[in-house]
Amino acid sequence: MGFSGTGDVPGDNHHADRFIPVSLDWGEQDVAAAVETSLSITEAGGELRVGIAGPLTVEAAARLDRQFRQAVKASPRQVVIDAAEVTALDSAGAWVLRRTSEAFSGRGIDVRLDGLQSEFEALLEKAFIPDPDVPTDEDRPNPLIVITARAGKAMFDMAHVGRDLFGFFGLTIVSLLALLTGRTKLRFVALVSQLEYVGLNAVGIVALLCFLVGVVLAYMGSLQLERFGAAILTVNLVGVSVLREIGVLLTAIIVAGRSGSAFTAQIGTMKVNQEVDALETLGLSPVDVLVIPRLIALFIALPILVFIGDIAGLAGGAMISVLTLDLTIQQFLTQLRGAVDFWDFGTGMLKAPVFAYVIAVVGCHQGLKVSGSAESVGFRTTKAVVESIFIVIVLDALFAVFFAEIGI
Amino acid sequence: MAAMTDESFSGDVASQPAIRLRGIRNAFGTQVVHDQLDLDVRRGEVLGVVGGSGTGKSVLLRTIIGLQIPAAGEIELLGERIEAGRGEMPTRKLQGRFGMMFQDGALFSSLTVAQNIMAPMRERGGIPKLLMRELALLKINMVGLPPNAADKFPSQLSGGMRKRASLARALALDPQVVFLDEPTAGLDPIGASNFDMLIRDLQSSLNLTVVMVTHDLDSLVAICDRIAVLLDKQVTVGTMQELVANPHPWIQEYFHGPRARAAFETPGLKG
Ligand SMILES: Nc1ncnc2c1ncn2[C@@H]1O[C@H](COP(=O)(O)OP(=O)(O)OP(=O)(O)O)[C@@H](O)[C@H]1O
Ligand SMILES: [Mg+2]
Repeated sequence: MGFSGTGDVPGDNHHADRFIPVSLDWGEQDVAAAVETSLSITEAGGELRVGIAGPLTVEAAARLDRQFRQAVKASPRQVVIDAAEVTALDSAGAWVLRRTSEAFSGRGIDVRLDGLQSEFEALLEKAFIPDPDVPTDEDRPNPLIVITARAGKAMFDMAHVGRDLFGFFGLTIVSLLALLTGRTKLRFVALVSQLEYVGLNAVGIVALLCFLVGVVLAYMGSLQLERFGAAILTVNLVGVSVLREIGVLLTAIIVAGRSGSAFTAQIGTMKVNQEVDALETLGLSPVDVLVIPRLIALFIALPILVFIGDIAGLAGGAMISVLTLDLTIQQFLTQLRGAVDFWDFGTGMLKAPVFAYVIAVVGCHQGLKVSGSAESVGFRTTKAVVESIFIVIVLDALFAVFFAEIGI
Repeated sequence: MAAMTDESFSGDVASQPAIRLRGIRNAFGTQVVHDQLDLDVRRGEVLGVVGGSGTGKSVLLRTIIGLQIPAAGEIELLGERIEAGRGEMPTRKLQGRFGMMFQDGALFSSLTVAQNIMAPMRERGGIPKLLMRELALLKINMVGLPPNAADKFPSQLSGGMRKRASLARALALDPQVVFLDEPTAGLDPIGASNFDMLIRDLQSSLNLTVVMVTHDLDSLVAICDRIAVLLDKQVTVGTMQELVANPHPWIQEYFHGPRARAAFETPGLKG
């Protein structure tokens, strides 16, 4: 055919600097053979010769990609692609060959592919992309528009979240009413296992953290109050703040992080695996099956945990009082009895079921909103925790105002 | 990667089997799935794996690529011993040289189809971004997905499309060995036979070794050089002719059932 060796000998022509040796250092199929792929591009008399020698696989394609793209910028009269010395071809190589050849033929330039081994032809046949206009990553819209659109969307999303959450809240009420009127049955096994998980398993962490906060509160309080000679009031400080606020708020936050997130992740994963869809096809309501047991479990568990947290917080305060204020336990208790009345304890306990409801509803709601991907599970879980802690704190503030108004 | 290649293939490469299993035993609790299982897969062959549901075909593939550590036995994949590593995945050193298509897809749910296919290329490194994108689109077309599937997420695809996308990812780097777990299940017959031809083409130009679990008798007839039958916790390997003559009752039923007869009689499929 008379084109063998064209451009392979450096110095043969002024394009010798385009001779690009490529070493292939992966894939054992090429180890025995020469592991170099070379591309030579020569132009003579209006004819462009593209000579390829060696294995044209993804490695070579990656290294030579730029040169191939460069080569198609030329406008010769005709092009000859000499592939006689291509020893191996994979789909990446076939694509590069085809892309190169079509870049010329698309501009009306005559292209001839010479010497490609016949067993590679089938692959070359397959190597094409039907619709090259598919948007690539490069097509990015104006960033200003993107930011504005994002801000607008965030506003809408916030409104939608509020509306959806309210709707979901209503749904759980309906489900609970159905349960109370005996139209649906309580899933007892699920309830017990949830109770163990959100209640029993959380006792340790809740008690420990409340105890530590009680310790800190008493210690800092005593340092300040000592200056007025009123160190004994540390007991009042600890008693009132733990019972009214700290115990319930801290417990609710721990439970939101621990159980609210778990609700979202559990239900969300079921959503990804289409288990929730499967439930619905069985005629079961996901709210009845998945949400209500969790809701009731938290409804029962959180007040108990708050009570435990209260005790632990007071115990922490007592420990500091004994150690630094030289009170006896007896004196601490007497002082405490004088400092707090039933409603200090009662307001805390009243808030617990409300917070439980919020945490469970937000967690389950976010879980059911998971769509498709594993990433969405993580995103929703974070959202559930942030949202429920936010609502808990806002409600707590409202409660404080309300209790102050009615004077308890 | 270069060092690894040089050391492990100092012997005569061509005569080594691509995969060598000796005395494999797999058990889950008291349930023994494989016992004393030996298997050689030759370089450049397409091996079909058949067997009833739950006989351990998927487990066998998982064992070969090191995802399932067998209770006993030795595995060699491309001359590398696959062992339970100390912290390192045994498949790490073979990165890019084999591809696996899982039975249920196992696409990365937070990446688009194109990004899924580009994931092995990214790990491999050194491929220009634009070329990666082109290759991803190429693979998408090769497995018969429409071009607009490229920027969809797996959750936005149909079951059959997920299968194809998963196949495209397994083929992303044109690996030397591909494991396919029921690749044509869930594809329409035209797509399935296109896929068969695709495997044939890749196999002939790349000298690909393919291990393919399939219940598709047409695929078995059309593209498999040999067939491994999982029976009684072991494999029986042979060509179609040899197996058809095998007296084992399950094999007899498999290759002489009405479906099998239909597949054999369809003209123009063989070769
Ligand atoms: N992770 C696991 N834990 C316990 N048992 C398992 C596990 N994976 C598989 N098995 C058991 O091993 C056996 C073989 O499973 P495998 O998935 O390999 O079947 P298969 O041959 O691929 O079937 P199919 O054709 O239905 O895909 C089954 O009985 C299954 O129950
Ligand atoms: Mg299987």
